[in-house]
Amino acid sequence: MQTDDIQRTIRMIDEECLDIRTITMGISLLDCIDTDIHASCRKIEEKICTKAKDLVSVGEEISHTYGIPVVNKRISVTPISMLVAASGGDPVEYAVTLEKCARRLGVNFIGGYSALVQKGYAAGDRELIDSIPEALARTQHVCASVNVGSTKAGINMDAVRQMGEIVVESALKTKDDNCMGPAKLVVFCNAVEDNPFMAGAFHGTGEADCVINVGVSGPGVVRAVLAKADKNLPMDTIADLIKRTAFKITRMGQLVGSVASQKLGVPFGIVDLSLAPTPAVGDSVAHILEEMGLETCGAYGTTACLAMLNDAVKKGGVMATSNVGGLSGAFIPVSEDAGMIRAAEEGVLTMEKLEAMTAVCSVGLDMIIIPGSTKPEIISGIIADEAAIGMVNSKTTAVRVIPAIGKDVGDTLDFGGLLGGGPVMPVNQTKNDVMIHRGGRIPAPIQALKN
Amino acid sequence: MKAVISVVGEDKVGILATVSGECAKAKINILDVSQTIVNGVFTMTMIVEMTNEDYTLSQFAEHMEKIGKQRGLVIRVMHQDIFKSMYEI
Repeated sequence: MQTDDIQRTIRMIDEECLDIRTITMGISLLDCIDTDIHASCRKIEEKICTKAKDLVSVGEEISHTYGIPVVNKRISVTPISMLVAASGGDPVEYAVTLEKCARRLGVNFIGGYSALVQKGYAAGDRELIDSIPEALARTQHVCASVNVGSTKAGINMDAVRQMGEIVVESALKTKDDNCMGPAKLVVFCNAVEDNPFMAGAFHGTGEADCVINVGVSGPGVVRAVLAKADKNLPMDTIADLIKRTAFKITRMGQLVGSVASQKLGVPFGIVDLSLAPTPAVGDSVAHILEEMGLETCGAYGTTACLAMLNDAVKKGGVMATSNVGGLSGAFIPVSEDAGMIRAAEEGVLTMEKLEAMTAVCSVGLDMIIIPGSTKPEIISGIIADEAAIGMVNSKTTAVRVIPAIGKDVGDTLDFGGLLGGGPVMPVNQTKNDVMIHRGGRIPAPIQALKN
Repeated sequence: MKAVISVVGEDKVGILATVSGECAKAKINILDVSQTIVNGVFTMTMIVEMTNEDYTLSQFAEHMEKIGKQRGLVIRVMHQDIFKSMYEI
């Protein structure tokens, strides 16, 4: 072992915010389904608290032994709408049960208060979606997500319309708590089944009974490498530097994932190669883009830089781990990224630019604070546009916008912790009611004749 | 199991003695040591073998962190696999 390498790794952890963002245990609840909702909840609690009883302590132990912070320990479960389908009753009871498990186990988040309705509503779906605002208001650790479209199924416009209303209602119900509700709610197109990141994590039905998924992070490390690089280097050389760095970061994820899976006696699922920023200084994806040579994130050239970053992270990471999955790419959550917050405050980073960026980044419009007076139809329009980008480009896209109730452009909203805070961003309020109220489905796109 | 002890801080008398003394007390065998001093900043990297099963790496790491704090040094003890996995395929 080289002393230089050892010191370099320690510097990455100490100064460049390298960490394991999350160890997420995916747990299937299919065997907990019961026609009686109380029995169903009891079985859920028993299963989750048995499977994940050591999750937090193992996370801490790994953190101490390897000297790398494991920031979050999380759980994702089978979409709850499937349990509601069989049990009926008030879905919020499931949310309360999940919250109880989260508190008992000491995990940071529990995801899976979800429904997949890309092609239509099945039993349980509508009830679950209707209950999301109440469920998010009554719990702290539960995260909800709804998949409204996919490349194979098209976009369910009835669900898109409903989700606009749900986002607003959720903000209204939590207006005394910084509108925290919608910060825990993601509307997806092409949702993935093994995502370890919140708020969109759920344990897909194609997954094994119980798995460990790991999400790494390291925007600060990539930024530090680019900051040291010569400003005259061509873009392909920059891409190469990113690849090499992503490789090292991902190796860390692979190690932690395999150790965690061994210690917990649970199969290792995937490493999600995402670069996930935090509001901390030096942990920003926007700053990476700026290191590439943009004055502020949002300038023309941003989309191109992000496309290259996203691709280079994947290329570097793929070789470093045996199982890649999840969302894998660069996240651009505005309120969670110091550079994005500043760019938004300066007015350089706009909704329109962010929308373009979502066509090439790993997910979508994420953690964007919008005026509280925004109509549900406008939010549905934002969701429809994002879903269309995902559907046509065969990629995951998502919307997590937070209507700041009682606030307008010029105000700020602060969530605290990893969720950060930021300015209320202006939103194009031109009416789209007729289109949104049509409902129905946007048919799946043709997969040939690609231009 | 092999671990890496890394020490960074202002150079002064007895750093190596302190760290190696603690290793001896914990029955930890030192395999390799390298140290440099640049502009008065002392950096030492030590590879050790931990054979004492009653004393876990995380306990030793916590203890060494405390010892370091008392002497104005940053001492970390980390499992060697983290470095191996990062730089070796």
